[in-house]
Amino acid sequence: MSQDTTANTFFGFWTYLMTDCILFGTLFATYLVLHNGTYGGATSNQLFNLPFALAETSVLLTSSFTSGLAMLPSQLKDIRKVLFWFAITFLLGVAFLTMELMEFTRFVHEGHSWEASAFLSGFFTLVGTHGLHITMGLIWMIVLLIPVICQKTITPVSYKRLYCLRLFWHFLDVVWIFIFTIVYLMGVL
Amino acid sequence: MNRLNSHEEHPEGTVKKYVTGFVLSLVLTCASFFSVAYRLFPPMPLLFTILALALVQTVIQLVLFLHLGEETKPHRNLLTFLFMLSILIIVVWGSIWIMDHLDYNMMPQMTHSTK
Repeated sequence: MSQDTTANTFFGFWTYLMTDCILFGTLFATYLVLHNGTYGGATSNQLFNLPFALAETSVLLTSSFTSGLAMLPSQLKDIRKVLFWFAITFLLGVAFLTMELMEFTRFVHEGHSWEASAFLSGFFTLVGTHGLHITMGLIWMIVLLIPVICQKTITPVSYKRLYCLRLFWHFLDVVWIFIFTIVYLMGVL
Repeated sequence: MNRLNSHEEHPEGTVKKYVTGFVLSLVLTCASFFSVAYRLFPPMPLLFTILALALVQTVIQLVLFLHLGEETKPHRNLLTFLFMLSILIIVVWGSIWIMDHLDYNMMPQMTHSTK
């Protein structure tokens, strides 16, 4: 019955994630091309704080892990466990976004905004697009969990939506691996 | 894998897989961080080391978190993924290659003013 449409939904969502990969790929290419165009301003070596980036990475990785735990089949009957793990995921997501915004404000206050150089335009576009995805994911999480809380159970429809959300969240962590490596680690080499 | 008959087509993974994926990702992240922070290798080998570590971590997360390759027969997800990967390589590598040469072919005073 609905099995077929559910499988199609997951495939459709997967295809969306793949196109999103290409979007991030173009932004990575832009960043790499513009990386040395600092226009006499700050270079990546002077700007980035590696331990801070490592902390951001750990927070997002843990969040991706807990979103997976929330959707384990053995837990789906116990709604409190599902909500607990999603709450942890949400809080870690908010913590990650806060850290990212703290870094952005620090850069802008020190005069290294996106207008300062081609390198910074590339940096803010790439990392900002990732941050925008995280923001959308957090809003999406609230929207999906409201019916779950109201109905006190996970209906097949809710399950389908939460499954897509979880894929999205894992996907954002995979993108962040490359931001951490290519932007932050390679930036200070 | 899971034995819940209704979810046969879309695997959710197990606690074991998630914990393994999480611990391995954390170890690989720390490994690339410390090799850069303490400059464990000369610059070029270091670059290849952290890129390799990132690729390994990506494969781990794709398999253990996103369940790539666990689907049944038609392998639609895997095929879409491989197609995306080919586009990605063409776009990213191609852009860098072309722009590098463009920079090289510019007149000296132009490269100076655009840099």
